[in-house]
Amino acid sequence: MTVSAAPAPAAATPVKPASLLTRMRDSDIWHSFRSSPLTMLAAFVVLALALAALFAPVLAIMNPFDPAQVFLMDANIPPRWSEGGDERFIFGTDDQGRDLYSAILYGMRVSLMIGLGGVFLAATIGITLGLVAGYVGGRTDAIIMRVADVQLTFPAILVALLIDGVVHALLKGIPREQTVFGVLILSIGLSFWVQYARTIRGSTLVEKNKDYVQAARLVGMSTPVIMLRHILPNVIGPVLVILTINIGLAIITEATLSFLGVGLPATQPSLGTLISIGNKYLFSGDWWIVAFPGFTLALFVLAVNLLGDWLRDALNPRLR
Amino acid sequence: MLAFILRRLMQSVLVLLSVALIAFAMFRFVGDPVNQLVSLDTPAEQVRQIRESLGLDDPVIVQFLRYVANAAQMEFGISYQFRQPVTTLLAERAPATLELAFVSALFSLLVGIPMGVYTALRRDGVLARVFQAVSLVGVSLPTFLIGILLIYLFAVTLGWLPSFGRGETVKISGSWSTGLLTWSGLKALVLPAVTLGLFQMTLIMRLVRAEMLEVLRTDYIKFARARGLSTRAVHFGHALKNTLVPVITIAGLQLGSIIAFAIITETVFQWPGMGVLFLKAVQNVDIPIMAAYLVMISALFVVINLAVDLLYAMVDPRLRATLKGA
Repeated sequence: MTVSAAPAPAAATPVKPASLLTRMRDSDIWHSFRSSPLTMLAAFVVLALALAALFAPVLAIMNPFDPAQVFLMDANIPPRWSEGGDERFIFGTDDQGRDLYSAILYGMRVSLMIGLGGVFLAATIGITLGLVAGYVGGRTDAIIMRVADVQLTFPAILVALLIDGVVHALLKGIPREQTVFGVLILSIGLSFWVQYARTIRGSTLVEKNKDYVQAARLVGMSTPVIMLRHILPNVIGPVLVILTINIGLAIITEATLSFLGVGLPATQPSLGTLISIGNKYLFSGDWWIVAFPGFTLALFVLAVNLLGDWLRDALNPRLR
Repeated sequence: MLAFILRRLMQSVLVLLSVALIAFAMFRFVGDPVNQLVSLDTPAEQVRQIRESLGLDDPVIVQFLRYVANAAQMEFGISYQFRQPVTTLLAERAPATLELAFVSALFSLLVGIPMGVYTALRRDGVLARVFQAVSLVGVSLPTFLIGILLIYLFAVTLGWLPSFGRGETVKISGSWSTGLLTWSGLKALVLPAVTLGLFQMTLIMRLVRAEMLEVLRTDYIKFARARGLSTRAVHFGHALKNTLVPVITIAGLQLGSIIAFAIITETVFQWPGMGVLFLKAVQNVDIPIMAAYLVMISALFVVINLAVDLLYAMVDPRLRATLKGA
């Protein structure tokens, strides 16, 4: 049979390749998303909060990081609707006279930035090491996986605390304000990489014996090209779920570090810093400083976790 | 069985040695230990003497072996902030942390297991759904926020329970002072223990539920029902018993992270334990305490891991058989 023997009608009305949008709309995952109201609500909350954080400078009534806009006279004002509230401050103010609504927007920005940065660093480290361990094997594999095993016995928060302490000790002399962002991202990145490495290594071990990898090797492709161009796209799927769930965890970790006083200082507050400030004033009855940032943090993490749970179930073929 | 134990022991020693290496590297290379002990106007000759007396001029491998030997005798050097032996500082605070961790682990098991069993048996009940929802919220709330919430509710608003400290403590045998024997000590323990145990409780509840649902589907449960055993005997005699094997593992492993997470709870409740000490060390770059805490926690993890593995082998007959065969 020759190629020209293809049926004529098909040639007359060529089938247009489905656009990305239609393909997405017809996919199982979109269907499962649309049939779960809770997931849609969670996605809406995540999107709304992320947009609010992104456009903080537009939405906020003041920049809480700018000392020139903050007046100590306005300190500890309760929310607008309660007694003693001020027209200007819908959620009240904190101990330095910062508008809480603005501080939450900016704080969420910082929390998100560090959380996402940390998770991406963790994923990059973990994916790289997992690919190398799985593909190269041998002693390299043994060393990487032993390190992973040892680290897995420690909770992430402990590792993050230790890294934070050590890095700050090494960077003595540089003011904390300049290093704190990088150090936080680094400590989160180095505390969460293990899960990625193990997942990627497991699937790489399966993939590397398949024919297409052997073929690529025969053609004479270099090892890095095979790992990145051919194996990586085939093993990256499960990482998506870990990534989503880890974003919630990373934001909690950042907030916890800031709460414990080793994260962001009071001059550049994240949600954790705001909660930590509020905690000091809880006993004098100033509940709002802790309540609104705390609620925002919990809402965001809950929504991200719901999305992660849904994604895990939706991508798991065994549950279909 | 003996070969299995020996192999696990070897692995544990290796893990401990590598952690000791990290701790030693921190101790030796992050900040100069001598600089922390002398002031700016200490004569150079004296500085040299201190270096020599600390053995800092020896080859690094000798120094490492000395560090390990000292660590094995619970000797971790002098704290930079307190000018006291680290071991004394840790020993003073260990009882507070261990009591807190033990009580919260107990709480998470005693509440988590029944909740898990209930949600598995009455899967569609209203209460089961409430438990499920609460557990999801519990996982999403950071520990410190739960602590603050509980303080606001039970200490500030209702005034039922104290919000900080250990209450009255009683000294029993040597350096161990316990808060478990006085009324105020017990009252002070409630909020921190619940805060610390809540996450583990939700974890255990979800685990028991999932395992229980799995077990209830198996053939031997169907057979037990067919034999005409009472529902109670099937649920608790057969299903629950088989559910508990993985629960033991997870609960054991979680005991280690409870102690690590105690850092947060202790900070919220100003609980005078090891966690607060460690946090102060991180803030003030007190490397000897950080290194010692790292070694101690990892030793604890390793011991728990080992115990869990052995317990597992004893509880699970299938595993016991393969071990004997091997």
